[in-house]
Amino acid sequence: MQLLEFQAKELFREYGINLLDSISSTNIEEGRKHAKELGYPFVIKIQVPVGGRGKAGGIQKCHNDDEFEIKYPQVMDLTIKGEKARAILLEKMADIKKELYLSIFLNRSKRCYTIIASVEGGVEIESVKNQIIKEIGLGEVSDDLAKEVAKEMGLEGKHAEGVADTLKKLSKLTIEKEAELVEINPLAIMQDDTIMALDGKFVTDDNSNFRHPELEKYQEKTAIEEQAEKSGFSLVELDGDIAVVGNGAGLVMSTLDMLSDNGGKPACFLDVGGGATTESVYEALTLISKLDRVKGILVNLYGGIVKTTVVAEAFLKAYEDNVIDLPVFSRLKGTESEKATEMLQGSRTKIFGTVEEAINAAVMGVKN
Amino acid sequence: MTDIFALLKGNPGDSDYEKKGVIVQGITGAYGSLHARNMIAYGTNVVAGVTPGKGGQKFEDKVPIYNTMKEAVDATNAKISIVFVPAKFFLSAAKDALEAGIKLLVAIPEHVPIRDTMETLELAKQKGAIIIGPNTPGIMIPELIKIGIMPPTPFKAGKIAVLSKSGTLLYEISDALTNAGFGQSITIGIGGDPVNGTRLIDAFDMVKDIQDLEGMVVVGEIGGDSEEMLAQRIIDSGFNKPTVAYIAGRAAPKEKRMGHAGAIVMGTYGSAESKVSMFNKANIPVAKRPAEVPVLLAGKMEKSD
Repeated sequence: MQLLEFQAKELFREYGINLLDSISSTNIEEGRKHAKELGYPFVIKIQVPVGGRGKAGGIQKCHNDDEFEIKYPQVMDLTIKGEKARAILLEKMADIKKELYLSIFLNRSKRCYTIIASVEGGVEIESVKNQIIKEIGLGEVSDDLAKEVAKEMGLEGKHAEGVADTLKKLSKLTIEKEAELVEINPLAIMQDDTIMALDGKFVTDDNSNFRHPELEKYQEKTAIEEQAEKSGFSLVELDGDIAVVGNGAGLVMSTLDMLSDNGGKPACFLDVGGGATTESVYEALTLISKLDRVKGILVNLYGGIVKTTVVAEAFLKAYEDNVIDLPVFSRLKGTESEKATEMLQGSRTKIFGTVEEAINAAVMGVKN
Repeated sequence: MTDIFALLKGNPGDSDYEKKGVIVQGITGAYGSLHARNMIAYGTNVVAGVTPGKGGQKFEDKVPIYNTMKEAVDATNAKISIVFVPAKFFLSAAKDALEAGIKLLVAIPEHVPIRDTMETLELAKQKGAIIIGPNTPGIMIPELIKIGIMPPTPFKAGKIAVLSKSGTLLYEISDALTNAGFGQSITIGIGGDPVNGTRLIDAFDMVKDIQDLEGMVVVGEIGGDSEEMLAQRIIDSGFNKPTVAYIAGRAAPKEKRMGHAGAIVMGTYGSAESKVSMFNKANIPVAKRPAEVPVLLAGKMEKSD
């Protein structure tokens, strides 16, 4: 899960990382109150769990009430990479001498935490120049290492001290909360030579959530996502009209790719897990019935030992209970497929021998 | 690098040649017992199970159950274990196994915290042990030994090595290979987590020198850079057996986790384009669909003849 900037900053504050004054709000009435408390000038920042906010117009300077009344709703109404504003953060404007970059991430191939630091921050990580990269094992960053990184960045005196201090705090936070990535970009040298985190990105390892009840309040799930998780499914909502269901993440991704190659638009990615039972398929259909826009369902189940009749039963039951009234285009690899085909005759579910045939039928089917 | 075949098969002349003992950790759970039965049915020599508190009992009236891995290893001298415990207990089960002298540990659970995986890997390194997974279907030499949860039907003994991040795609693609007449010498499930005990390059190192290997299939997916590293390793090593790849997740949106904890694209890091272009650089064709894999492999083989 990627936290919002203001949530990441709550954690930064807890660990003593320097921040500008800021307040988050979810509507303009609240925002007006905060504007008074904070005082102009400040920056209006959209809170979405994706990057590229500045380019999309989600970060606006604000100097007075008139500007506020125009810009607050403007920023609030933006959609960035499909994400609507969760909140608005008002943050004091301040004079910056220089923008740096600092992050600690979990290095997947090296299997350890890794620091990336640079004196040229404020741009996306791909464009950050002069990156200093340090693999640091699984423990916290030591005093010596923190100083070394600051020195390699070419910093001296108060600046070096401030960055080293921030790095140590960031590493403590990363390790204690088991984050996959914590990034400060930009980390700024201010006019008064203090070091401040102007932005914050924090990605958790969701598999360690059970050890971090304190992060639970940041969980953001739609009712549908919550239901999917309860059933042990993985669901990603997309904006097309064909729901894609299968067993196993790789297989569902593969089905999504083939559907897109053939001009279909997926409405969701739904992985029901390794096995497929009457209950799990019925549950999957129930979930899909709650998604908007869906005109057809593409099912791709591969099981060496899955009885396709069991899956067929789930389809029939879903129609009978009026859970769905949509056409289902299905490829079921398993035993007893002839009998399953027979069972489904006269229903709105068709079984195909290959996934390619099911996909073609689905793409044609939703056009009508 | 420990020879994976020495672990899985042994050497001709060994008293346990081609029937290496396997210990099942979590053998009395619903999942563990189901797959213990399936592995035994496949011919895997399951010599013991471990469930704390159930020591002294027998699984299916045959396989002795112990409270700890130390007792199980002392009694059987097995070097292989497969773990079915819930994710939050994985670290302690893995430590128990590695401390007891296990040299090949197959980690089935999904949702193991990354930190626990990394700690397990540190210990495994000290002990000279191999970890497969977590979140893996397992490892098998078709028609000889299966240490995992894969259904038997897609697989057939043969001379193609299959390395896969995904479980169901491993089955699907092995099935297609089998139907096209390409049996498998070994299949290794890397797992769908961000951090893998055996990375694609490690699995490649395990299989590249198999004497009668005729080809290799790599089933990757978006996330991380292990496919890119593998492609570079293949270039550097001059490996010239026919190799074909498949990458799932081309149509996946960025910054969304697609079912597997590891399947996420951040910027360009982990993108399908990056992987496909590296494979192309290594002169490895990338199939658009699973069904295309055997076709491309046959084409590669013709060219190399």
